[in-house]
Amino acid sequence: MNSVSAPTHDALTTEIPDYPMSRSAGCPFDPPPELSELRAHAPVSRIRLWDGSTPWLVTDYADQRALLGDPRVSADVTRSGYPHQSAGLKARRAEASTFINQDDPEHARQRRMVTAAFSIKRVEALRPAIQRIVDQLIDELLAGPKPVDLVQAFALPVPSLVICELLGVPYQDHEFFQDRSKALIKSTATPEESVAAVRELIAYLDGLIGEKLAHPAEDLLSLVAEQVRAGELTRREAASMAQLLLVAGHETTANMIALGTLALIEHPDQLARVRESQDPKLIASAVEELLRYLNIVHSGRRRVALEDIEIGGVTVRAGEGLVLANDAGNRDPEVFAEPDRLDVGRNPRRHIAFGFGVHQCLGQPLARVELQVVYSTLYRRIPELRLAADIEEIPFKHDGLVYGVYELPVTW
Amino acid sequence: MKVIIDQDKCVASGQCVLAAPEVFDQREEDGIVVLLAENPPQDAAEAIREAAALCPALAIALEE
Ligand code: HEM
Repeated sequence: MNSVSAPTHDALTTEIPDYPMSRSAGCPFDPPPELSELRAHAPVSRIRLWDGSTPWLVTDYADQRALLGDPRVSADVTRSGYPHQSAGLKARRAEASTFINQDDPEHARQRRMVTAAFSIKRVEALRPAIQRIVDQLIDELLAGPKPVDLVQAFALPVPSLVICELLGVPYQDHEFFQDRSKALIKSTATPEESVAAVRELIAYLDGLIGEKLAHPAEDLLSLVAEQVRAGELTRREAASMAQLLLVAGHETTANMIALGTLALIEHPDQLARVRESQDPKLIASAVEELLRYLNIVHSGRRRVALEDIEIGGVTVRAGEGLVLANDAGNRDPEVFAEPDRLDVGRNPRRHIAFGFGVHQCLGQPLARVELQVVYSTLYRRIPELRLAADIEEIPFKHDGLVYGVYELPVTW
Repeated sequence: MKVIIDQDKCVASGQCVLAAPEVFDQREEDGIVVLLAENPPQDAAEAIREAAALCPALAIALEE
């Protein structure tokens, strides 16, 4: 009798959990609790995805960093075994190939075509322009009606205006490309919707590349167009790269602005530290801490093993998929003391919210400056900023590849 | 302390420049790392170790 009711070791280890998992009700800022369980007891273990495949899930920081820095680990989405997030994303990736999903040497060759624009000096030089954009949008907020949806009125326009300026994309087209971007990063979008959205975006950006070829300007798309002229990129590759930069360049930062603001409103002591500090170091630290704590790119870094790899006590076979849950890695108590506490003063520089390895975020210097400007300005200029709804009513992006809020009604 | 950088590996994330701006810089044309001081002063040691630990491409090696 006993042997029937007590689960055997085998039964426990062969029960493969579905991924992604759900966050706990009432804990919208914390990763799903199962991830901490796994990190403590089985940091490299199997999961089951939407298509029935059973890749490895890695939940601890050290193993994630080791794998993301390992040349035997591939980001190539065309390899069998690559753990796609959804049918929609799989279909979209077959449509447009960009360096985020390629391996070196091609990845490095293409990434280096655009790295100059994201160097620390070049991005630092944009700070005054970013400050002007933020100030102007806050002027408009203060002059407008309240309550207001902070996502539409502020969080989305800031990075959109900045990336449009940098790329040379006309901001007046923002409704068009924001609508298509939304479809691209929604995990519930069907393959048809994803493919339609990416085709329309690429057609639009191909038109812009054509214009830049005819009339080069002082912007990044003109540099990309130059690579077409030099025979280094096809028109298709150039338009796909432009699409990657446009989508990655505003959806992520927009979510950090809105979700970061909500997290601070819900942690009033931390918000007070940010609002009252005149110290750029504290602001920079708060940005790193919110990146770590919120880890908005929450569906795991996705990879596939090229060779057999021993990691975390298991052997990952060549051709098997890997999902590296950096949201769990950023809450690893081996690396961050009291990892579930938001502490804007801790400056957790080693977080992996921008990933790790050769694919670590290209736009991170820009994202940092945008967030530093926003966090150091918004709460100081609107010190009474507060939610205009119950937190239970806020629609969170549980179904998004990038986490955040669809709407954030605020008042002051 | 001697600092050795690998420009072929570098992915221009900018992490080293943020950690130790007196020791690391980026090339104007492509953001790839350049070394400002091969044998930097001892008081920069901690910042340099941090830069090496942060480098996502593992392109910074140290000889202490
Ligand atoms: C707070 C904002 C941001 C977050 C949290 C974020 C996060 C990430 C992460 C986690 C990756 C790694 C993907 C992987 O390893 O599979 C990545 C890559 C990338 N990000 Fe960001 N990102 C942000 C802002 C930006 C911005 C502003 C840009 C500007 C264009 C950008 C462009 C890119 C590109 C092009 C890649 C691919 C890099 C490569 O494959 O070499 N990101 N980002």
